[in-house]
Amino acid sequence: MNIVVCMKQVPGTTQVKINPETNSLVREGIENIINPFDTYALEEGVRLREKYGGKVTVVCMGPPQAESALREAISLGADDVILLSDRAFAVADTWATARTLSAAMKKLASYDIIICGRQTIDGDTGQVGPELAEMLEVPFVAYVSNIEEIKESYLRVRRMVEEGHEIIETSLPTVITVAKEINVPRLPSLRGIMKSKNAAITTWTIADLNVSPDMVGLAGSSTQVIKIFFPQRVHRAEILEGDLDTQVDTLIDRLKGANLC
Amino acid sequence: MDYFLTDEQKTIKSLARQIAEERVLPVRAELDEKEEFPWDIMRELGSSDMFRVFIPEEYEGLGGGCLELCLVVEELSRVCSGVAVSYAASALGCMTLMEYGTDEQKRIFLPGIASGEKIGAFAVTESTAGSDISNIKTTAEKVEGGYLLNGTKQFITNGGEAAIYTVIALTDKTRGARGASAIIVEKDTPGFIFGKKEKKMGIRSSATRELVFKNCLVPEENLLGKPGLGFIQALRLFDKSRPGIGAQAVGLAQGALEAAVDYAEQRVQFDQHIINIQAVQHMLADMAIQTEAARALVYAAARHVDSGAKSVTEESSMSKVFASDTAMKVATDAVQICGGSGYMRDYPVEKMMRDAKILQIYEGTNQVLRNTIALNLRKRKGRTA
Ligand SMILES: Cc1cc2nc3c(=O)[nH]c(=O)nc-3n(C[C@H](O)[C@H](O)[C@H](O)COP(=O)(O)OP(=O)(O)OC[C@H]3O[C@@H](n4cnc5c(N)ncnc54)[C@H](O)[C@@H]3O)c2cc1C
Ligand SMILES: Cc1cc2nc3c(=O)[nH]c(=O)nc-3n(C[C@H](O)[C@H](O)[C@H](O)COP(=O)(O)OP(=O)(O)OC[C@H]3O[C@@H](n4cnc5c(N)ncnc54)[C@H](O)[C@@H]3O)c2cc1C
Repeated sequence: MNIVVCMKQVPGTTQVKINPETNSLVREGIENIINPFDTYALEEGVRLREKYGGKVTVVCMGPPQAESALREAISLGADDVILLSDRAFAVADTWATARTLSAAMKKLASYDIIICGRQTIDGDTGQVGPELAEMLEVPFVAYVSNIEEIKESYLRVRRMVEEGHEIIETSLPTVITVAKEINVPRLPSLRGIMKSKNAAITTWTIADLNVSPDMVGLAGSSTQVIKIFFPQRVHRAEILEGDLDTQVDTLIDRLKGANLC
Repeated sequence: MDYFLTDEQKTIKSLARQIAEERVLPVRAELDEKEEFPWDIMRELGSSDMFRVFIPEEYEGLGGGCLELCLVVEELSRVCSGVAVSYAASALGCMTLMEYGTDEQKRIFLPGIASGEKIGAFAVTESTAGSDISNIKTTAEKVEGGYLLNGTKQFITNGGEAAIYTVIALTDKTRGARGASAIIVEKDTPGFIFGKKEKKMGIRSSATRELVFKNCLVPEENLLGKPGLGFIQALRLFDKSRPGIGAQAVGLAQGALEAAVDYAEQRVQFDQHIINIQAVQHMLADMAIQTEAARALVYAAARHVDSGAKSVTEESSMSKVFASDTAMKVATDAVQICGGSGYMRDYPVEKMMRDAKILQIYEGTNQVLRNTIALNLRKRKGRTA
């Protein structure tokens, strides 16, 4: 089985600082990590390979330093890794990201299951997985918490929904996003780490993908970040004055005024 | 301090630390309380290749030696000595095989240990043979189809959990210690039964059991090396494994030191953090000095073993005695610094102090090892070797 895992490198903190002048995230001094949800995707991919055979290919779009995330992926069991890196891919929104990834999938030609994390901890949208499925014209299941069975070109999964679980059957190839309930990711192995240190990291640029420059990166993005800011926290507490009866009357007036009673 | 470890050794040490902190730390108190063998952790150590560290590459290992083993043991023991000894005893269980076994024997038994799928154990101690291992009574009588084992081993680490046991038994009763041999016995061999599991003061997540042999027939091919060499093989084994106990002690002392510093930093008495009190500072300084000295001696002894030196008895004994006495002292002082809290189960130093005691007892008590060192000292008239 050909298993593809989509992995993003993200700043290793949820306390991101914003540079108000450039409207961008302050990345200095923050260690980059594999998006935590993607570690579950990789683990599930490796487990599928252990059970059904085949290989796990990890695809990551990012700047050259994202190579470290891919090396880590090898230490955790990935067979092949591909870095999608080109200035043309930069400043992509979710749509352009999915476009780039889908072009890479088409170049890979053969995939049975594509596994993404349910969302990232920096962008947080959870959109890339479904967009990718749409562009590849394959089925999609989100928030998978268990892969129940895979047989030839058929897949049965359990997915989490607000009221409980759904069991879904779909055909392969397919794209799924996984919830962290799906597994407990393993720690790296020594042989994996040693292999990862010397592994060649394949890099694909825009020239390797059958995609035009205006479909990817900033040019291919239909949304643009105009401003990033922390919402202002306003505390509007008010202490009512007067004796108890006066306070109660004031409170009722206020609630009526706000159409709350 | 920089011990000039290779990149590979640093990788081994840091991965062992990650496993200890992420997988052992959250459960160590529970494992201790329940006296539960840490199977989940053993599996994790297996999938991370930690059991490959001490196995040659031909048998699916990574080809490391005593120092690499020590690095893993140290890091595990920094968090939980019970887990550390369960891991280390698997190495102990196959070291005689690695030194004396045939290629065929290694091919059969080592890959399973390397992957962590199987755990090893080593058994010499009996009720009549503790420090005096020459006084074993278990027999392995040569019969048609192999050796027939009868007798009881006691205090065997990994007993009942291990799949592969190296057992020292008398193949020739009439020759006493010179009639002892090392034989591999697999779990589930008919006539091989597990006796009671001991209830211990410390290292309670590790399993210590009696092994009972009742007309247990073991194939002839399981004999390691030549018959009659078992006693020497056991002594050689401990010569090489003692730095591992030293490493267990270093890790324990390190863990206790860290816990004591953390506590002293945040505990306030007489309007100040107790780490500002000189009496406390000097205790911590001594703990740090002793721990670092123990580490240096253990690493040096391990490197001496790995150099292939012919005689390692004295060096490995020194490292074990010094490090284990250090661990006992440092753990006791860590409890002292933590005051009444340190005496409570809720604080890790309480467990560390209980765990430390065994280090002065097994793989040769510290008195017996001092005898050995003194004996060698007389031979070389106190001159440096
Ligand atoms: C938790 C645990 C795990 C163990 N695991 C294993 C294992 O995996 N495999 C295995 O084979 N064994 C194992 N042992 C056995 C261990 O190695 C022995 O307990 C140890 O060698 C001491 O033997 P003993 O208990 O019979 O003490 P004894 O030999 O009875 O000693 C009692 C006291 O007398 C002292 N003494 C004895 N002789 C001398 C001497 N000549 N000079 C000075 N002092 C002396 C000792 O130092 C000690 O203080 C384990 C023991 C324990 C407690
Ligand atoms: C089993 C048990 C029973 C107990 N029973 C009682 C009881 O019945 N009644 C009761 O009142 N208490 C009782 N205690 C509490 C006991 O008296 C305190 O634990 C003890 O006084 C130490 O105080 P602490 O735990 O707050 O340690 P801390 O005060 O935090 O001290 C920690 C360390 O700092 C050192 N230290 C602190 N101050 C100084 C200083 N000025 N100079 C040098 N070193 C210093 C201490 O010696 C220790 O090594 C009990 C404790 C235990 C463990």
